[in-house]
Amino acid sequence: MNDALLKEFQALVGKDNVMESEADTFSYAYDAAVLDPVIPSLVVRPENRETLGKIVKLCNDNGLPLTVRGSGTNLSGGTIPSKGGVVVLTNALNKILEINEADLYAVVEPGVITAKFAAEVAARGFFTRPDPGSQAVSTLGGNVAENAGGLRGLKYGVTKDYVMGVDFFDVEGEIVKSGSRTVKCVTGLNLAGLMVASEGTLGVFEKIILKLTPPPLAAKAMMAIFDDVNKACETVAAIIAAKIVPATLEFMDNFTIRTVEDFAHAGLPVDAKALLLIEVDGHPSQVEDEAAKVEDICKRLGAVRIQVAKDAAERNKVWEARRAALSALARVSPTTVLEDATVPRSKIPAMMHALEGIADKFKLTIGTFGHAGDGNLHPTILTDRRNKEEWHRVEAAIDEIFDVALSLGGTLSGEHGIGLAKSKYMEKETSRATILYSRRLKKALDPKGILNPGKIIGE
Amino acid sequence: MGDMRELLKLLGELDDQLVSCMRCGMCQAVCPIYGQTGRESDVARGKIALLEGLAREMIKDPAGVQDKVTRCLLCGSCAANCPSGVKALDIFLKARTILTGYMGLSKVKQVIFRGMLTKPKLFNMLLGVAGTFQGLFTSPVNDVIGSSCSKFLSPVLGDRHLMLLAKTPLHKEVPSLNTPAGKSGLKVAFFPGCLADKIFPRVGHAVLKVLNHHGVGVYLPEGQACCGIPALSSGDRESYDKLVRANLEAFSGAQFDALVTPCATCTSTMKKIWPMMSEGMTKGEQEAIKALSAKIMDVNAFVVDKLGLTPPPAAANAQAVTVHDPCHLKKSLGVSVQPRTVLAMNPGYKVVEMNASDACCGCGGSFTLQHADISAKIGKQKRDNIVATGSHVVAMGCPACMLQISDMLSRSGDRIAVKHPMEIYADSL
Repeated sequence: MNDALLKEFQALVGKDNVMESEADTFSYAYDAAVLDPVIPSLVVRPENRETLGKIVKLCNDNGLPLTVRGSGTNLSGGTIPSKGGVVVLTNALNKILEINEADLYAVVEPGVITAKFAAEVAARGFFTRPDPGSQAVSTLGGNVAENAGGLRGLKYGVTKDYVMGVDFFDVEGEIVKSGSRTVKCVTGLNLAGLMVASEGTLGVFEKIILKLTPPPLAAKAMMAIFDDVNKACETVAAIIAAKIVPATLEFMDNFTIRTVEDFAHAGLPVDAKALLLIEVDGHPSQVEDEAAKVEDICKRLGAVRIQVAKDAAERNKVWEARRAALSALARVSPTTVLEDATVPRSKIPAMMHALEGIADKFKLTIGTFGHAGDGNLHPTILTDRRNKEEWHRVEAAIDEIFDVALSLGGTLSGEHGIGLAKSKYMEKETSRATILYSRRLKKALDPKGILNPGKIIGE
Repeated sequence: MGDMRELLKLLGELDDQLVSCMRCGMCQAVCPIYGQTGRESDVARGKIALLEGLAREMIKDPAGVQDKVTRCLLCGSCAANCPSGVKALDIFLKARTILTGYMGLSKVKQVIFRGMLTKPKLFNMLLGVAGTFQGLFTSPVNDVIGSSCSKFLSPVLGDRHLMLLAKTPLHKEVPSLNTPAGKSGLKVAFFPGCLADKIFPRVGHAVLKVLNHHGVGVYLPEGQACCGIPALSSGDRESYDKLVRANLEAFSGAQFDALVTPCATCTSTMKKIWPMMSEGMTKGEQEAIKALSAKIMDVNAFVVDKLGLTPPPAAANAQAVTVHDPCHLKKSLGVSVQPRTVLAMNPGYKVVEMNASDACCGCGGSFTLQHADISAKIGKQKRDNIVATGSHVVAMGCPACMLQISDMLSRSGDRIAVKHPMEIYADSL
């Protein structure tokens, strides 16, 4: 980057907020995806939204690729600056601008941390979703850009179900307003919808309007233990068929159970072939009624044992085991590849069967856990990326996981995004026309191709 | 400058530990420095990526990487919260010695570590002299805390409020001890640590009073040296090894049930870092370290876990004391209940918890000198949480935290006394 341009960035955000040394820029070359790092030329950290718009314009005027980064926790390479250029940090734009309790919405800057926002909202007696595994650090802007999910997707939906509006900068640095503070709004194109899951390729978020909801009054959690994976999967389908929508309906396979038990000593049955962790919530009487029905269904479909949490401490224990799943698996080997191919939930038994076959075929260790209730399993491949031969097998296995998920009518990504990691598979799921349509859209909105180039739809 | 190939080879030996970081970024939630700066290179994930980048020759700036790696409090919050169990502290300490080995130790640090700290007698003598004259350059500012400030020293110390060197360090009053086990049937070796010896001898005296009260025999040998962490965290392996050896020598040949210290940082260094960094030592030294580190205990943990204290009911007019959990006590050693039990032994006090009691105070040893502004910002949050409890006393089992928190409270003009839990218990005896 030439000196004059560097000085312009410094004038915009202040010298302290421009990072150009190798040691600084290298620490923005990666995210949580297992991909090669790419070093940006410059990293800038605007402290107010007005400056953010000016940065976008300056990048566009100079044809500089611009990658917006919140906390860099996405698992698909969405924040790797694959064409170099400028990384723009949102973590100084972290103000909650408004929490409107009468009209049930909040307006936030993109860099607000998910868990901090959730705590602020909870303190006022409301709740908000989603709750991605990274919520302690992930930003709300990142959640929207990736359409993040989480444990409660089945009943409470994903990020897109909570976005009422997004104001964003176009490449000229002008503010585009979309959505509104009202429940109903059909004014204009659904541009807020276009921004959700756009991964920073179509606009730069300025502020976001999110929906608030009252929290459920009661909840009940239970753990159902199975000696057969199929029975567990069929139980998932039967619960849904009985028209019960649990807040969470999580699955763990035997490998995950054993690994979690080794690590957390939570008292899990290590000989169980599968576990379901189920929580129903809502009005207290409805919770009692549904919990009893779920228990019946589990028994009827062959659960060996069912443990219903009697109090908050026991409930916490059930979820502690689930929360420990990724940590426990991650400790087994140096590299952890967490996939999120998702299938219609009735196809969970077929997906599980296929995953076992893939692990055998490619001689890999795959632990599977995840959101069985919404068809979003997390087959987790435990490997060492330094072992080239094994890494080739991992890549081949990932290809096959996607093929199977698509053949079952599923999707490449339930909640982690496409980014760089999965863009080459896009056409398999959609069509050539879909890619071309998306590229034409991108070209029209971003003629110089500066906004997070290379992500989702490739070049 | 050293040999680049040697640097790469040594960093390569860290590779197994470096690759265990899956870049999830969860350390951002707990890193005190990242909380202030929002910079990726300040958080463990960023530092590990930089070390990996250097080791794999993706970047070629060892000085830049060293600069980032040393912007760290070594508080261990990241390691304690890491989903994949990355031993971040081990990595950073080893990396510091590797990078200092390549870049060289600064002249100032050479004088301090190699010329003074590793020579305990000289070090004691020099600080004794400094203690005599410090009054000329400083003036008292807060009588509750006992802090002073210094215009003269401000080029080095900034606007810090200091705890001065004690008029009489512990080793002058109690040069050595070797008393037999009393009614408890237990005998401990006592390692006061530099700060409890030279700045807070009142803490050392309190420990001896409590041990005496419970009939615990004490072995306090002469010739104790610094635990080594200041040298190691500056990457000075040579001085660190000397200090460890001096202490092995001082405690060799004696019989005791536990080695206790009132300093969280000394305890955690001797218990965890000594064994971790012992690979270059002789087999005999390694075994001595293993045997000694197995016996090392925080003094609060010793009196509660080994003596079985039962706190009396608090008095009706008990005054509030709030508790800070030092990183090297809670996150490193899992000791957080025992200091509260020790406080409860004095019926004149009742514990009132502060918000985020286990958040780092921002001291980090020489970090507070090298990065005074970030250190003070982190310390200010701690100060605010202490003040919000309305307590007139804050207690913590670490003299290094006591220094930082005294400074923070004194700068804000707060009249809140800073004490070690053992002092409060000893007051009731």
